[in-house]
Amino acid sequence: MHHTNMVKSKRVCTLLLRVLALCATIAAAIVMGTSHEKSSFFTIQFEAKYNHTPAFTYFLIVNVIGGVYSLLVLFFPAESLLWRFVVALDVVITMLLTSGVSAALAIAYVGKKGNSYAGWLPICGQVEGYCHQVGGALATGFAGVIIYMLILLYSLHSAIHPLHL
Amino acid sequence: MASEGGEKPEVGSNQVAVKKGKGWVVPLLRVVAFLATLAATIVMAMNKETKTIVVAVIGSTPINATLTAKFQHTPAFVFFVIANAMASFHSLLMLVVECFGNKFDFKGLRLLLIPILDMMIVALVAAGEGGAVFMGELGRHGNSHARWNKICDKFESFCDHGAGAFIASFVGLILLMIINVISVLKLRNQLKTAANYSALP
Repeated sequence: MHHTNMVKSKRVCTLLLRVLALCATIAAAIVMGTSHEKSSFFTIQFEAKYNHTPAFTYFLIVNVIGGVYSLLVLFFPAESLLWRFVVALDVVITMLLTSGVSAALAIAYVGKKGNSYAGWLPICGQVEGYCHQVGGALATGFAGVIIYMLILLYSLHSAIHPLHL
Repeated sequence: MASEGGEKPEVGSNQVAVKKGKGWVVPLLRVVAFLATLAATIVMAMNKETKTIVVAVIGSTPINATLTAKFQHTPAFVFFVIANAMASFHSLLMLVVECFGNKFDFKGLRLLLIPILDMMIVALVAAGEGGAVFMGELGRHGNSHARWNKICDKFESFCDHGAGAFIASFVGLILLMIINVISVLKLRNQLKTAANYSALP
């Protein structure tokens, strides 16, 4: 009795974590994808969009992949052979998500503070709304990474202690 | 009692066979991963280029400016160096633990600690790699929309050394991921065979 209760609560916890990860990754992708701002600065037209920078495009793609993967795994209730494969795929997806967040963060840092050694001026002064939206997308992406790390720990635990003895 | 994916039901000979067969693959991979991440760290840490460029000409005397490109100028590269240094240290530590760790036998925690640490190092190296690769791409191509000029046409060897470091780190990342997956699968086999001896929980 106690055993089945434990199994059930663990299953609910895993499902909840995966739903949260799905929400976080899709939200990050949407917020990044809809970031767009135009402004003019002394007759220079400034247009900022996510696909001007490959790092932001990569961030978007990686979050979409993570979201789709979370959705697919939600519909794999069979705790059988596939679960080992799921652990390996979890590691790969976490790796992709961290690299996406890190890449977007690096470029956003240059955009916000500039790089005086390379002669790159910060652009956040001209397109503030864009900067804030990208910052929000980054924060959501980071939350997605943390949730995925928790999912990894859970997957590892369930791979070691199989529940379906 | 469910049997999973093609595993043999006999315990005794299977356990010895698994241990011997996979005994040398993971340490070998760890050695290569250690070398790869160490190479990436060293190449990027010693990445420096100084160039004298003619900035302007006044009359007939050219004004020279000496510009230096160092890895410390970009926080993404600094993170890259730190992440790869930690990964190479971790690989070395895991090598030592696997080769000489049979004396310290705290079974439960030690077996779990290795995959968890491996996963964290994979995430760290992936983050370092992602940030640095895209910063390098920005340096190589610039960004016309933000009016950021490319710097790789002036500092060619800086960019080339950086590209070499990225490749080494990528190789190390793939190897670390493979090591992680193998050690998780091996862990499950070991625990399964151990559980077969004792009473089931």
